[in-house]
Amino acid sequence: MSDRVPDSGRPDTFPKLLRENARVRADKPASREKDYGIWLSWTWGQVGGEIRALACGLADLGIGRGDKVAICGDNRPHLYWSMTAVQALGAVPVPVYQDSVSDEMRYIYDHAEIKFAIVENQEQVDKLLEIKDTLPHLEHIIYRFPRGMRNYDQPFLDLYTDIQDRGRAFDAANPDFYEAAVDRATGSDIAIMLYTSGTTGRPKGVMLSFDNLIITGRNGAIRENLTEDEDMLAYLPMAWIGDNIFSVAQSYVTGFCVSCPESSDTVLQDLREIGPTYFFAPPRIYESLLTTVMIRIEDAAKFKQFLFRYFMAVAGRVGIDILDGKTVAVAERVRYWFGNLLIYAPLKNVLGLSKVRVGYTAGEAIGPDIFTFYRSLGLNLKQMYASTEASVFITIHPDGDVRPETSGTPAIDVEVKVEDDGEVMFRGPGVFQAYFKDEAATHGTKTDDGWVHTGDAGYLDSEGHLHIIDRAKDVGKLNDGTLFAPKFIENKLKFFPHIKEAVAFGNDRGYVAAFINIDLESVGNWAERRNMAYMGYTDLAGLDAVYDLISDCVAQVNRDLAADEKLHGSQIRRFLILHKELDADDGELTRTRKVRRSAIADKYTDLINALYSDTDHCAVEAEVTFEDGRTDIINADLKIREAVRIAGIQAEAAE
Amino acid sequence: MAQDMTKPRNIGDVLLNVENISIAFGGVKALDGVSFDVREHEILAIIGPNGAGKSSMLNCINGFYHPQDGIITFKGTPRQRMQTHEAAAQGIARTFQNIALFKGMSTLDNIMTGRNLKMKKNLLWQALYFGPALTEELEHRAKVEEIIDFLEIEAIRKTPVGKLPYGLQKRVELGRALAAEPDLLLLDEPMAGMNHEEKEDMCRYILDVNDEFGATIVLIEHDMSVVMDISDRVVVLDYGRKIAAGTPDEVRANQDVIDAYLGVSHD
Repeated sequence: MSDRVPDSGRPDTFPKLLRENARVRADKPASREKDYGIWLSWTWGQVGGEIRALACGLADLGIGRGDKVAICGDNRPHLYWSMTAVQALGAVPVPVYQDSVSDEMRYIYDHAEIKFAIVENQEQVDKLLEIKDTLPHLEHIIYRFPRGMRNYDQPFLDLYTDIQDRGRAFDAANPDFYEAAVDRATGSDIAIMLYTSGTTGRPKGVMLSFDNLIITGRNGAIRENLTEDEDMLAYLPMAWIGDNIFSVAQSYVTGFCVSCPESSDTVLQDLREIGPTYFFAPPRIYESLLTTVMIRIEDAAKFKQFLFRYFMAVAGRVGIDILDGKTVAVAERVRYWFGNLLIYAPLKNVLGLSKVRVGYTAGEAIGPDIFTFYRSLGLNLKQMYASTEASVFITIHPDGDVRPETSGTPAIDVEVKVEDDGEVMFRGPGVFQAYFKDEAATHGTKTDDGWVHTGDAGYLDSEGHLHIIDRAKDVGKLNDGTLFAPKFIENKLKFFPHIKEAVAFGNDRGYVAAFINIDLESVGNWAERRNMAYMGYTDLAGLDAVYDLISDCVAQVNRDLAADEKLHGSQIRRFLILHKELDADDGELTRTRKVRRSAIADKYTDLINALYSDTDHCAVEAEVTFEDGRTDIINADLKIREAVRIAGIQAEAAE
Repeated sequence: MAQDMTKPRNIGDVLLNVENISIAFGGVKALDGVSFDVREHEILAIIGPNGAGKSSMLNCINGFYHPQDGIITFKGTPRQRMQTHEAAAQGIARTFQNIALFKGMSTLDNIMTGRNLKMKKNLLWQALYFGPALTEELEHRAKVEEIIDFLEIEAIRKTPVGKLPYGLQKRVELGRALAAEPDLLLLDEPMAGMNHEEKEDMCRYILDVNDEFGATIVLIEHDMSVVMDISDRVVVLDYGRKIAAGTPDEVRANQDVIDAYLGVSHD
């Protein structure tokens, strides 16, 4: 579709950009990884060599133009390099979520006709070996870490570094091969194929071109003034579009260094050590960081608590204005300066956010309290509205005009419009090429003139900021005709630190009811403070005191809803606390942790029926799936509570 | 291919021979004429009901107890009385049923203590921390980092061990035992008190230790599915006597073992 052609002469593919970076910034670090407790770095020059060797090795093994190569594992420089190596041959990398269970993997490998797989370790190899017999296209598996692989003698298994050695030999014999292969690709070729997690149905393979990624990445870099001196920690799944823009496209375009954490458990420590200047995290990360801070403050000495509360109040009053460069009284500035010295700067340092120039959040709505908390500390946190089909950026908060309730203004070269039925649509340089092998879905999503349906309901305000309300198809009505926006209610619930996840029901029903997942860390700490004994999540979730606690939260949400003229009728009437945490392994959430409504409705029919009856408890037997595919049954008897509803404001409004 | 992928598990010669060991505490006969041997590179499990003498057996092997009768032969050298540090110097390391780590020290430091016997410089040199002592320290740190990587405990490298959950403390203890690069590793209930997932992880580590470090392992465990899955051979003790020995399948079918576990009255 690319109606925007990149400037002539500029490298238009990642392998070409790599060549450029290896020439211009040969000695500047490109990749970092912590291994054996030490940060190792590779310069652009070295990365160029590594990728060339791997590409030649893959070519020697028979990878050619159009072949699909799956890439699966935690964020590792070698896996990032393998994407570029695959692209250099004109083949298409398909990153796969590393925590997928075998069945999900099988679908993607089968649908994408994966020919080669480059994976991190034994765990991923084992998952593939389990399903390999059902995958006629899969020829070869290459693994990065040899640990535990000693007794695997299958002929189709190879070690990453062996392939590179083989590549070096191939390169010596065919010295012109690599450059010619790199030159052959152009910006309009498919660069990558990403399977969207999708809250409904099977995942779809979104095909993005080099132009999509490179132009979008460059536009984003221009908007935020990114330079080659940024530092960034790549810790979000490689199969997610955001990581491909932030840690790949923008790194290649501007030349900044991308660091990979030691393991997924050490991200918070690695964050402190790297001190990123450019940072992305989904709302749940900011939430859990804040929860940790608040728990530790509760444990601190009284004087420290006093200092924290005093200066956080100062920050709450003026912090955001100072960040936005507005005029603030001198006395308040002085207080803020002291606050920065004593509280804000040390706090940001502990969180590893001291150097952040631009922080993004997206994926879910972030609680206004959490959002303003970080901004008042002087952290330039912004929301954006993103989608795989857009190569991330649709709208972003502009500097100096950040409002927590909106998703910001359209990104460079992106147009946004709202259809008559309220659906948000966009068009721009990042718009995807097509869904792989799914003509019908492509036509259903993308119009002939390049507009893409988002499926989200929202509106543009008078100043051009986009407001997102809910998934368009989820917005429904109660029996009495009251508007019901489940996501809106769920988000309000989730903004309480005690509530981790919520699912609201009400479409074509008499009233609104909700499932709630408590936050084990937050509620657990609350319970410990009160000397309440519990044995685990299920036990804690069933305590009466916990029900009381959550009941207060629900009442507060109802109070907020009562104040809304359209939504006051959709207050929560009955709720229950689930006996287990909703989990992607059980198909209840997507891999990006979005609620899969229909799957939950199918699985918990009994519980939903109980919510819409008079009973005050319901027995449940649920099957849980472990990551290795085994299943187990959990039994519990769940209580159902009536929520406090607020009629006052409604009555006032009626007067 | 650079790597040899087809290497079969090579169980070697007898590494440890236990001959007719007896020990009594007052009137209680903890061990009564127990004999078995352990071959290089194998995983041998000692099982039995409570009070069967399993931990006493390990204590005899690493020199903590001195058997009143019988001979233990390790690497071809028979011995009657031996101190624990001598056992350690000969290449025997162990973990304990009730974790014995330095609670106030970090994971890293705890594992580093396992290198103690490998350090050649004396205390004075080490206190100075430069020159040859520094070089040595770095070598040991590198080895310790390999173990941390192997056991996937990077995230708790600097956490005081006392703050860690039980399952992780067990893993740190295994790390400390590995740091001594032992020929024989004694594990006393490595999976006690763990949930299903932690047990599965621990099994994998034990198999990997056996595979990658080539260590011979003697372990005590109550979880039968674990024992049957990972051991090459099993020795069954009951009331201080060996009642059976053999492969997991042989032991499973043994009537004495079934009786001991299901509870048959003893004369």
